[in-house]
Amino acid sequence: MADDRTPLAPRPATFASRRRDPLRPLRLFALFFRVGALNELQYRANFAVQLFQSALALATGLVVLALVFRQTTNLGGWSQPELLAVMGVHILMGGLIRTAIQPNMERLMTDVRQGTLDFLLTKPEDAQVMVSVREFRIWQAVDILIGAIVLAIAVGQLRTGIGLGPALIFAVALLLGAVMIYCFWLLLTTAAFWIVRMDEIHELFEGIYQSGRWPVTIYPGWLRISLTFLVPIAFAVTVPAEALTSRLTVDTLALAAGFAVVLFVATRWFWRFGLRNYNGASA
Amino acid sequence: MTVASPAAPAQPGGFLASARGWIGLYLTQMRISIASQIQYRVSNYFYMIGMIAEPVIYLVVWSTVARQQGGSVGGYSPGEFAAYYIVWTLVRNFNIALTPWAWEERVRGGALSGMLLKPVHPIHLDLAGLAGWKAVVIVLWLPIAAFLSLIFQPTLDLRPIDVVVFLVAIWGAYVLRSMFLWLLGLVTFWTTRVGPVFDIFFVAELLLSGRLVPLTLMPDWTQRLSGALPFQWTFSFPIEALIGRLPPEQLLGGLAMQVLWIAIGAVLVSLAWGKAVRRFSAVGG
Repeated sequence: MADDRTPLAPRPATFASRRRDPLRPLRLFALFFRVGALNELQYRANFAVQLFQSALALATGLVVLALVFRQTTNLGGWSQPELLAVMGVHILMGGLIRTAIQPNMERLMTDVRQGTLDFLLTKPEDAQVMVSVREFRIWQAVDILIGAIVLAIAVGQLRTGIGLGPALIFAVALLLGAVMIYCFWLLLTTAAFWIVRMDEIHELFEGIYQSGRWPVTIYPGWLRISLTFLVPIAFAVTVPAEALTSRLTVDTLALAAGFAVVLFVATRWFWRFGLRNYNGASA
Repeated sequence: MTVASPAAPAQPGGFLASARGWIGLYLTQMRISIASQIQYRVSNYFYMIGMIAEPVIYLVVWSTVARQQGGSVGGYSPGEFAAYYIVWTLVRNFNIALTPWAWEERVRGGALSGMLLKPVHPIHLDLAGLAGWKAVVIVLWLPIAAFLSLIFQPTLDLRPIDVVVFLVAIWGAYVLRSMFLWLLGLVTFWTTRVGPVFDIFFVAELLLSGRLVPLTLMPDWTQRLSGALPFQWTFSFPIEALIGRLPPEQLLGGLAMQVLWIAIGAVLVSLAWGKAVRRFSAVGG
């Protein structure tokens, strides 16, 4: 790629103007999204493959739900439509992670291992923003769509329905959850500066993320706490689902917001700390 | 390209020498894989913890159901579910065979050309290599099993015969699953769109093997379907053999079924491999 025009001359100026432009991360995001989408649109057959995989995963999830509800009428106080809503949020958030978060983090890991991160660091942009917006797998967004459909069906089955207020709170909770998952991924990936080979982290996350298919309230205490603060799956899936099933309290939402802020600041600090410790790898 | 005949290592001097050749081959492959896997302990641990999330989730869900239904469901109490899913973790680790996805890389990257030059059928290299990994896996698994037992309090009541049959059955399960995953991987020689085929296989395995839930929790027709397929002999049977207090005839019958399915798998693999390798043309390596 013709990225070699290192911005030698205007660097101080760009630096200053970047500081004044709070929308710059969003613009970068939009730019990379366009490039990523154009790239993937070349491989349209992958859409069919993704659709098939998502449908199969959905069918499996429904079978498991049916098996559980063959034996019982509620699970830890959640009815079948309510658990369907949890599943919808889980699929939706999973799609979001695989579309936008995970691909970027995997690329970062590869870049650290191969030393190609050096190229990125020479660019006159915030490195954290750059490593977070480079990759998009648009076909994975099929899951975002399927999750939304499952969610709509579940809400339709709930006798209470849902008003505009809870819908807005749901959107906020979902956004906070996504931010926390992003922070969690970046924290782990930053560890790649020290532990070079981390390929299996993807399996680790996939495995743990499956726990979000059920409300975290059914897990024993220590596990519930880990799934809330160690891996923020409770905030990413259960809390938004609580918003839809009239379970969410103001306290929980405030906790989610507070934790999101703390996590974001901590992640930013750890990323910079990691970057200072990074020596490059002779790219 | 021409293909070395997939026969035994070419060694003069009768059965003993040839047996020694095979054992040497397996031991060496196992040693190499132990040495290479032990370097990646963190990575291996990530992999294991990710894997262990799965049974813990099933365990929590089904224990909750059992408690809500007055203490047991499908014949399992929470303690018995704990035993089932903790043994599951070892069985699952033993069941790790060559992923069918590896074939794409082997063919494209050219590694297959190198394997074809060796005087043994490549399945032996995979079987031996992954068998060596099991040694590393068991060492890493012990603390996890201890931890899970402490937390979930499994109900275990073992007879010596259960343990003996279990120790044989997990290897049987490994070889059996290896055969069918190898067979599945060979699909790569005919089509490059292997994903959907693999996905269907793994979903069928998940539902029909006892990996998701003990088979007694499935509807009757599913249990009958499962009886006609190899899957349950790789998950359900080893687990039940250890914890299910099966009568001796069921224990031995289960081992016999494993042998039968391994034999069927081996025949299918050798037929498919013969055809597959003729379709293969090397692209470097």
